[in-house]
Amino acid sequence: MVTATSFSVEAIRKEFPILATRLGDKPLVYLDNAATAQKPQVTLDAMDEFWRTSNANIHRGVHHLSQMATAQFDTARETVRRFLGARHAHECLFTKGCTEGINLVAQSYARPRLKPADEILLSTMEHHSNIVPWQLVAEQTGAIVRPIPINDDGEIDLAAYGRLLNERTKIVGLVHISNSLGTINPIKAMIAQAHAAGAVVLIDGAQAGPHLPIDVQDLDADFYTLSCHKIYAPTGMGVLYGKEALLEAMPPYHGGGDMIRTVSFEGSTFAGLPNKFEAGTPNVGGVVGLGATLKWLMALDREEVERHEAELVGYAETLLSDIPGVRLIGKARQKAAIVSFVMDTAHPHDIGTVLDAEGIAIRAGHHCCMPVMERLGVPATARASFGLYNTREEVEALARGVQKVKEIFG
Amino acid sequence: MSFDLRELYQEIILDHYRHPRNQREPERATAHSEGHNPLCGDKITVSVRTENGQLAEVGYHASGCAISVASASLMSEAVKGKPLGEVERLCKEFQGAVTSPDGGEFPEMGDLNALAGVREHPVRIKCATLPWHALRAALSGVDKMVTTE
Ligand SMILES: Cc1ncc(COP(=O)(O)O)c(C=O)c1O
Repeated sequence: MVTATSFSVEAIRKEFPILATRLGDKPLVYLDNAATAQKPQVTLDAMDEFWRTSNANIHRGVHHLSQMATAQFDTARETVRRFLGARHAHECLFTKGCTEGINLVAQSYARPRLKPADEILLSTMEHHSNIVPWQLVAEQTGAIVRPIPINDDGEIDLAAYGRLLNERTKIVGLVHISNSLGTINPIKAMIAQAHAAGAVVLIDGAQAGPHLPIDVQDLDADFYTLSCHKIYAPTGMGVLYGKEALLEAMPPYHGGGDMIRTVSFEGSTFAGLPNKFEAGTPNVGGVVGLGATLKWLMALDREEVERHEAELVGYAETLLSDIPGVRLIGKARQKAAIVSFVMDTAHPHDIGTVLDAEGIAIRAGHHCCMPVMERLGVPATARASFGLYNTREEVEALARGVQKVKEIFG
Repeated sequence: MSFDLRELYQEIILDHYRHPRNQREPERATAHSEGHNPLCGDKITVSVRTENGQLAEVGYHASGCAISVASASLMSEAVKGKPLGEVERLCKEFQGAVTSPDGGEFPEMGDLNALAGVREHPVRIKCATLPWHALRAALSGVDKMVTTE
C-alpha cells in the first residue's frame, strides 16, 4: 500500500512491472502515456483475483458468485463516483471508451433535440473523437458545427468564444487537457459562460483523468468523459458522467439485455440509471481493475504527483528548446504532462524511429488532431507524454536521443 | 529495439531526402495521382507523361518523412524514360524487396536497394511504398486518391 504522505518516484516505478523492461542493452523509457498508460501491480492483482475467485455475470444470478461479482462491480462504480466528485454513482456510466461516451451523448442527448441551424461549438484542439460524432449528428439534424479558434501558443481564444456563444448554441464540446499540445483549458469559466447562453457542455476528460483531480460538481459539467486506459487502468473502457436530470431524459443508446424493465413484442420499458445505458454484459473484470486503480491513484498525494509531472514538463521543455533546430509546439501558460515538438531537419516519424532505437517510446503524427496541426502549420509533431512514474533521467535520455537525431539528420 | 540506424538512414537516403530529384510538375502531364498515409500524414502527388509506351516524364510533390521522400526521389530516377512494361516490373520488384522477410538480392534495383532497410521496420514499410502506389495509380489512369490503408 502507498500512503498519502509523500510521493517517491522510485517507489512508484517498482509498482509497474513493465517499467523494468530492457530493449537490447537499453532500459525502456516510456513516454507515450497520452496514448495509453502502463498498469500498476494493484490493477493486475485485482483483475487476476477477480477472474480466479469471483467471476460470474452480474445482476442476473441468485448464486453466490454472481452476488460477489455484482458487489465488486457496484463498488467500482462508487469509486468512480468519488474520483469524479459526482453526486450519484448512477450518474457514472461504463462505456467501452471515451469515444463511445461522446457518441452516446451526441446520439442520445443531442440528436433528438437539435434543430436545423442550431450550433455546436468545439475548440480547434479537439481530438477527432470529439469532432466526428458531432459532425455526424449535425448531418442528421441540420445543426452546424463551429470551431472555437486558438492562438499561436495553443490556447483557446476566449474573446472569440464569448462572441461565438449565442442563443442558437446548444452544445459546447471542450477538451479538458489537449492530447496534442498539453494545454489545460479554463473549462470552469467556459462552462459557466456556456450555461449563461443556455448551452449544455461536454468535457472530454481523456487526458485530465491521469493528471488532475476532477470535481464535476464544482466544474458544473453537464457531461464528462474518461478514458480508463489512460488512467493506468485496463483498455476497452471509458466512463461517461452525466447529470442525473439529463440522463433521465435521454433515450437508451444501445438496446439489449440488462437495460430493460420489461420486454414484450408490443414494446419494452427501460430500466433506470445506470442500467438503461449499459446494455449487455459489461467488462466486469476490467471495471473491477478500474476500481482498484482509482483507489490506488486517489490514495496518492495528487498535488505531489501534479508537481512532479509539471517539473518533468518544464525540464523537458528547457532541455529540448536548448537544442538548435528544435521547436516546441504548444506553449500554453497552463500545461500538463505533454511536450510536442518538431525539428528543422527531421520529420516526426524519423524522430520516433531514432528514439525507438534508443529504447525511448514517443508518438509521432497528428495525434488524431488534424485541425490543430493545420492551425499551427505543422503536418505532424513528435510528442513526449509523461506519467507519474517518469523521471528526470528519462527526460535527459529523451534530450540525448534528440541529439542523436541531429547527428543523423544534421 | 536496438538496431543499426545507419542501415535505415543510409547516406544515399539522407541525400535524396535533403535534395529530392525531379520534385516538380512535369510539362504536359497526362495523369496525376495523390497518395496519402493517414497514419502519419505523409502526402505525395505523382504526375506522369506517357508517350509511345514510355514513361517520358515523372514528377511529384512529397511532404513526409525521410523514407517516403527519398523513396519518391529514387523512384523518379529509376523509372524515368523507361518502357511502361519495365516500370510495372520495377514497381513489383520494389514491393517485393521492401516486404520480403528474408532479404535477398535485387540486382536490377541499383540505388533503390538502399531502401530495403525498411524491411526491419514494419511500420515504416508503408512510407517507402506510398510513392510507388501513387505512381501505379497514375499509370493505370486511376486519377484519384490512393491511401496506404
Ligand atoms: C483527448 C482525447 N479524447 C479522446 C480520446 C479517445 O479515447 P478512447 O481511446 O478511450 O476512446 C483520446 C485518446 O486517444 C484523447 O486523447
